[in-house]
Formats: sequence, structure tokens, C-alpha cells
Amino acid sequence: MFKTVLFISLCLLALTILLNLYRVVKGPTSADRIQALDSVGINLIASIGIFSVLFHTRAFFDLMLLIGILSFIGTIAFARFIERSVVIERDN
Amino acid sequence: MNGITEIITAIFILIGSVISLLAAVGLVRLPDVYTRSHAASKSSTLGVLCVLTGTLLFFLMSDGYFSIRLILGIFFVFLTAPVAAHVICRAAYRNNAPVADTMVEDELKEYYELHPDYKKKSVVVEETTVQVED
Repeated sequence: MFKTVLFISLCLLALTILLNLYRVVKGPTSADRIQALDSVGINLIASIGIFSVLFHTRAFFDLMLLIGILSFIGTIAFARFIERSVVIERDN
Repeated sequence: MNGITEIITAIFILIGSVISLLAAVGLVRLPDVYTRSHAASKSSTLGVLCVLTGTLLFFLMSDGYFSIRLILGIFFVFLTAPVAAHVICRAAYRNNAPVADTMVEDELKEYYELHPDYKKKSVVVEETTVQVED
């Protein structure tokens, strides 16, 4: 029963990521695509949490933190790129 | 004891997944960038917080293991997802992203007309200002 509920939750998260990928493909502006990819990263964190409950292991907690940090840095870098055409400005 | 642990964990994880799915439905169905960003950032943040809280309670009640890394993950997602949405929406506004027909009033536009330096997209390359086309 417990594993069935976890499996249903994983299926819902897979459907969530598919809907986000629809927005990544279709999105009219690049801001839509960046927002959808950020949302995919956050949903991957949730999926890893469900997998670590399902397998009853603590080995994936580092991975959760790592995906969160990498997703945030990538989102900020892309948003800066579409906002002012450079990611790292030169000092002058 | 074991049954109660599983019930609480299952409730948290199922609620979190459903909220994430609602966030994705909002991301697909809403009309413009700002409403989509609104739906995606807030709802998926709440969903992933519910799932990670369920995971934390599962390991706390079944193993007696309180994971600091999981607490850090919850705190980090809670802190960074709204900031990322804010930066994305500001970039979309400065790139003149199209808005929905149902928008009544754009108060930020008046502010930008009052202070035109904020909206000017320019990159300084070797002491000459180059206007960047949209």
C-alpha cells in the first residue's frame, strides 16, 4: 500500500515534468523556457526524495542539495544573459 | 508505529506531488509569462517542500535519523525558487515580453518612463556604449 502511494506520486511527478517540457518546447519567450527548466529541476529534487524513501537509503541526500544549487545557478546565469546580453560583466 | 510512519509520509508525499502537478497545469494553461511564473514558482516550491518534509519525517520516525542535509535542501529550495522567479520576470519585462489581454494597468511602465535609465539595455564595451537590439 505504502509503495503503491509512492509509485503514484512518482507517476504524478513524471507527468509534471512532461507538462513542464511541453512549456519548454512551446514557450513563446525564452523566459518561459527558463522558468519551465527551473521547475523541472525542482521537481527532480522531489523525485529524488521519493526515491530515497522508496529504496530506504540515505545516499541520495547530497544529490538533492547539488541539483538545487546547480539549478539555481543555471537559472540566474540564463536570466542575466537574456537581460543584459552578458553573464559576467567586465569591470572598467 | 510503523503504520503511522507510513501513513504520515504517504500523505505528505501525495499532497506534494498533487501540488506540483497543479503547478505544471498552471504553467501550461495560463496566458502570459508573469502568470505562468507566478504559478510555477509558488506552487512547485510548496509541493517540493511537502515532499521533502515527508522524506524528513520518514527517516526521523523509521530510523531516528535527523538529516541536516535534508533540512539544508528544504531551506535552499525555499530561499532560491522565488528569487529565480523574480529574476526571470524582471528579465522578461526588460525584454518587453508580451502580456495577456486581461491586464488592466501597467504601473511599472509609468515608473520606467519616469526613469528611462532603468530600461535602457546597453552594454559598455571598451568605453563606448553599444545599444543592443531586441
